[in-house]
Amino acid sequence: MKHKSTLKRVLHYIAGYRLYLAASLLFAVLTVALTLYAPVLTGDAIDYMIGEGRVDFGALTVLLIRLGVVIGATSLFQWLMNLCNNHMTYKVVMDVRTEAFDHMQDLPLSYIDSHPQGDIVSRLIADIDQFSDGLLMGFTQLFTGVMTILGTLLFMLSVNVWITLVVVCVTPVSFIVASFIAKSTYKMFRLQSETRGELTGLIDEMVGNQKVVKAFGYEKEAVSRFDGINKRLEKHSLRAIFFSSITNPATRFVNSLVYAGVGVAGAFAVIRGALSVGQLSCFLSYANQYTKPFNEISGVVTELQNAMTCAARVFEFIDEKPMTPDAENGPQIEKAEGRVDLSDVAFSYTKDRELIRDLNLHVEPGQRIAIVGPTGCGKSTLINLLMRFYDVDEGRIAVDGQDIRELTRKNLREQYGMVLQETWLKSATVRENIAYGKPGATEEEIIEAAKASYAHSFIRRLPKGYDTVLSEDGGSLSQGQKQLLCIARVMLCLPPMLILDEATSSIDTRTELKIQDAFAKMMEGRTSFIVAHRLSTIKEADRILVMRDGQIIEQGTHESLLEENGFYAELYNSQWAV
Amino acid sequence: MGRLLHFMRDYRKESILGPLFKLLEASFELFVPLVVADIIDVGIANRDSGYVLGRGGILILLGLIGLASSITAQYFAAKAAVGCSTQMRKALFEHLNSFSYKELDSIGTSTLITRITSDINQVQTGVNLVLRLFLRSPFIVFGAMIMAFTIDVKCALIFLGVIPILFVVVFGIMGITIPVYRKVQGQLDRVLLHVRENLSGVRVVRAFNRQKDEQETFHADSAALMKTQLFVGKISALLNPLTYAVINGAVILLVWTGGKQVDSGILTQGQVVALVNYMSQILVELIKLANLIVNVTRSLACLSRINSVFDQEPGMREGTCAGGEPAGTVPCVEFRDVSMIYQEGAEAALEHVSFQAWPGETIGVIGGTGSGKSTLVNLIPRFYDTSEGSVLVDGVDVRNYTFQGLRQRVGVVPQKAVLFSGTIRDNLRWGKKDASDEEILEALKTAQGLEIVEKKEKGLDEEILQGGRNLSGGQRQRLTIARALVRDPEILILDDSASALDFATDARLRKALREKKTGSAVFLVSQRAATVRQADKIIVLDDGKVAGIGSHEELYKNCEVYREICLSQASAEEEKAHEA
Repeated sequence: MKHKSTLKRVLHYIAGYRLYLAASLLFAVLTVALTLYAPVLTGDAIDYMIGEGRVDFGALTVLLIRLGVVIGATSLFQWLMNLCNNHMTYKVVMDVRTEAFDHMQDLPLSYIDSHPQGDIVSRLIADIDQFSDGLLMGFTQLFTGVMTILGTLLFMLSVNVWITLVVVCVTPVSFIVASFIAKSTYKMFRLQSETRGELTGLIDEMVGNQKVVKAFGYEKEAVSRFDGINKRLEKHSLRAIFFSSITNPATRFVNSLVYAGVGVAGAFAVIRGALSVGQLSCFLSYANQYTKPFNEISGVVTELQNAMTCAARVFEFIDEKPMTPDAENGPQIEKAEGRVDLSDVAFSYTKDRELIRDLNLHVEPGQRIAIVGPTGCGKSTLINLLMRFYDVDEGRIAVDGQDIRELTRKNLREQYGMVLQETWLKSATVRENIAYGKPGATEEEIIEAAKASYAHSFIRRLPKGYDTVLSEDGGSLSQGQKQLLCIARVMLCLPPMLILDEATSSIDTRTELKIQDAFAKMMEGRTSFIVAHRLSTIKEADRILVMRDGQIIEQGTHESLLEENGFYAELYNSQWAV
Repeated sequence: MGRLLHFMRDYRKESILGPLFKLLEASFELFVPLVVADIIDVGIANRDSGYVLGRGGILILLGLIGLASSITAQYFAAKAAVGCSTQMRKALFEHLNSFSYKELDSIGTSTLITRITSDINQVQTGVNLVLRLFLRSPFIVFGAMIMAFTIDVKCALIFLGVIPILFVVVFGIMGITIPVYRKVQGQLDRVLLHVRENLSGVRVVRAFNRQKDEQETFHADSAALMKTQLFVGKISALLNPLTYAVINGAVILLVWTGGKQVDSGILTQGQVVALVNYMSQILVELIKLANLIVNVTRSLACLSRINSVFDQEPGMREGTCAGGEPAGTVPCVEFRDVSMIYQEGAEAALEHVSFQAWPGETIGVIGGTGSGKSTLVNLIPRFYDTSEGSVLVDGVDVRNYTFQGLRQRVGVVPQKAVLFSGTIRDNLRWGKKDASDEEILEALKTAQGLEIVEKKEKGLDEEILQGGRNLSGGQRQRLTIARALVRDPEILILDDSASALDFATDARLRKALREKKTGSAVFLVSQRAATVRQADKIIVLDDGKVAGIGSHEELYKNCEVYREICLSQASAEEEKAHEA
């Protein structure tokens, strides 16, 4: 049922290439018909050579020329069919892949945050790849396979009914044998993969943490545990591999039964005069070919089912609800002054657990706001709302008096510079990474930003300086160096407002001290929201918001809050004072 | 290749018998066309039904013998392949265990894991296939040709011409497509990277409004992938049509020449049918051979990757000394002008470091990120070798010790709190194999970890999941500390190992360690001044150089780097202490 609607979708994608599909089908019909015709011609040719001095060369020449043409045409059509199939498959797959990726950019963060990254990646890569393989196989083999079986049957029936019956009756035996073997080996394969999983688990632990293994001299124990599982794996693997490898010889044996049956029945028919020797030879070559598409088709059907399941997973992703679209023709902010208002904001990630309610906050342009509170108090959520990664459930957030839902997301986010605790860098050159927020930046601007964030000196020491290509997620850079690059990235854009979420947590304290100067300069005249755990950073804020369970429970300056002797004072005493 | 044979040594019998039985099967298959020729030429010509039935029986018999020998062959092949990969896996695992940190760093553990799991599996498949098919397919191809020669030399010459052409076609196409397929894989990896990156960096991408650009790059990558796929598809789509044309072209020639031979009475009709059958057998086997070669190339690539790991010599040789000078007479750790460079051309991680640590002393090591703190302590249990100078433990150069002799003196608590699957007791016994429960509980007490065990229903028998997933970061860290304490080491190294502990627990831990005072030298590595300030001796590192060694008070007075660190962390206590 589900496959049906998926199939419909797939066909919809293919419809864009319907000319190719039509051509492919046409070529497939031609190829199969001609392939089946060739043995008939060969058989006829043999009938023209009855014995010494009784060979009809005139007729033979005509036949062989015809055969030549048929063979040439078959090859050509088969190639053309393959080309059409390739074209359709790869184009369709590219269409699906780009659509899925484009859709990913339109998905709300709530989807991305709540789904494991590996799951989304595997939908976009592995599933689409599997879909592509299945589609290609389906195009090339399913149709031609079915055609071949039907064609062969027709041809055989037209020549001799009884021999055909022999073939039709014996062939299913090979499926029964194959499926019997598959069923009985299933358990052995499961055992094999379980043991393999166990071994991989051990390898993962022991090799992945080899340094600890070394430090405690655990090598010998590791080897002996490994050995035990390895031996079991050997036993299970041998059984699984051996028993499953019986399939081929067994089906081959059934095929040879078919062959012998056709040979004998055919010979009797020739003796009775119901068949010519050439037709017998034609039959024998059919008997050889006939079982092949059967075996192939069962493989193709599994593959196709698999492909459909994968396609369904991809479509499911594409069907995820995108973000609410940006308001059209709404107001625009050129360069925000930096007045931020939150009024009666309520928000929760899941319906059943309320996180933020009745949140009110008024921030004047240029103010420095520090946010403190225990883990899970809603600090990061506040940032999610300010950047409009999530929309509020109730109330409104406004920048310069403008409800941010009336602005485009792009316009809003241009107003903020953001440095997060989780450093993210692209696999690209250092230069491209710094200029990520401002692709057209000049070399001078980039170097200046790097200098301002104290990244310049370590960048220069990299093998290729600013042209060093970073591998995924910053590669060999230390956490602190990555953070410096993220800071440089924001320094280059210098938007009117800043969000710093534990922006310096991985930088050693001395470098941080220097960066603080740069930060201080950057924050001058800019509204800034700072989440930090270092006291020095917090103390310099114009206002400290103390959050707990999604509420701002206290706010004020460091001194006034200490005087209040409330939650902040408690936090301060437990965390910073020993 | 030689190494593979080495692992197959124990399966010599299977490796020879497997292919032999396969050949037996193939030979019987080659007889089939001859039997069919007999049916036509003798049975049909003489209208002898009994003869036809008899030959039909022979066909079935041939099939049966083929089945038996082929199953035997499959068994031997599977046994040799599985056995050889099992041995190889074991040898590789043992080899990995001999690597020093340096090799582990340069190869990378995730690579090693792939080598020992999926690469070896692929090699196993390769060996199995080779044993089963590598002899069979060529044997049928050439066997068919030889059979053709026994029937008629003139016709057989066509076989002689066709086989090389087929080889050229099949292997030519493969030669062109295989490298392109590798390129396709590379492009697919790029696409994968792009997706992964856009997911992990979704907030940054959106914050900087780069969605459109990311989409465009993705479209370009995706289109490039498709173009390469189309290109390679075009070429590999030629394989079937071309081989079909060649074989059937040969059949035309065969029928024509056969016709002439029949006309002059040299051949019979049945023999021509047999020749045509041989020709079609060649095609089937050649395609199988081509697939086999694709698989074998893949296995060979895996094999060479595995070999490169085997070829990596462990960079360290252990010494022979098991014990050092008696305690108390010499420093338990001494650095003599030690410099350390990880990679040639890189900057020194440590330069000219000298110091001594005596039993019972607590040594603090402090400095910024990348200042060389971890490097310093990693040299003590000889996880790395120094580039210059020497490290002495109990008066003996660490290079002279056996690994066992050296490392059992040292208890290390690494930065990353790693635990292994097994019970808590199993994990703590890593420190000392025969530790009693009393010893374990004692160590837990010092490590402030007693409450973890007490809270668990099964106490020490509580199972820890792989990677310690069922424990919090702080709990894991305390257990790793206890693990090092269980062995009551002469030298205890805590490499920034209190980072996941809250300040109060951290303070209690240090207090407990101080009180325990068993004559161990304790190395405390940290970025926090508060952690090291009570140490007997503090080593301040700055960019790999020693900026100062001394007590907190001395350093605060004389060492600018140290003072800066302290001030930047300006805890209330610090301020109070210095205001007073």
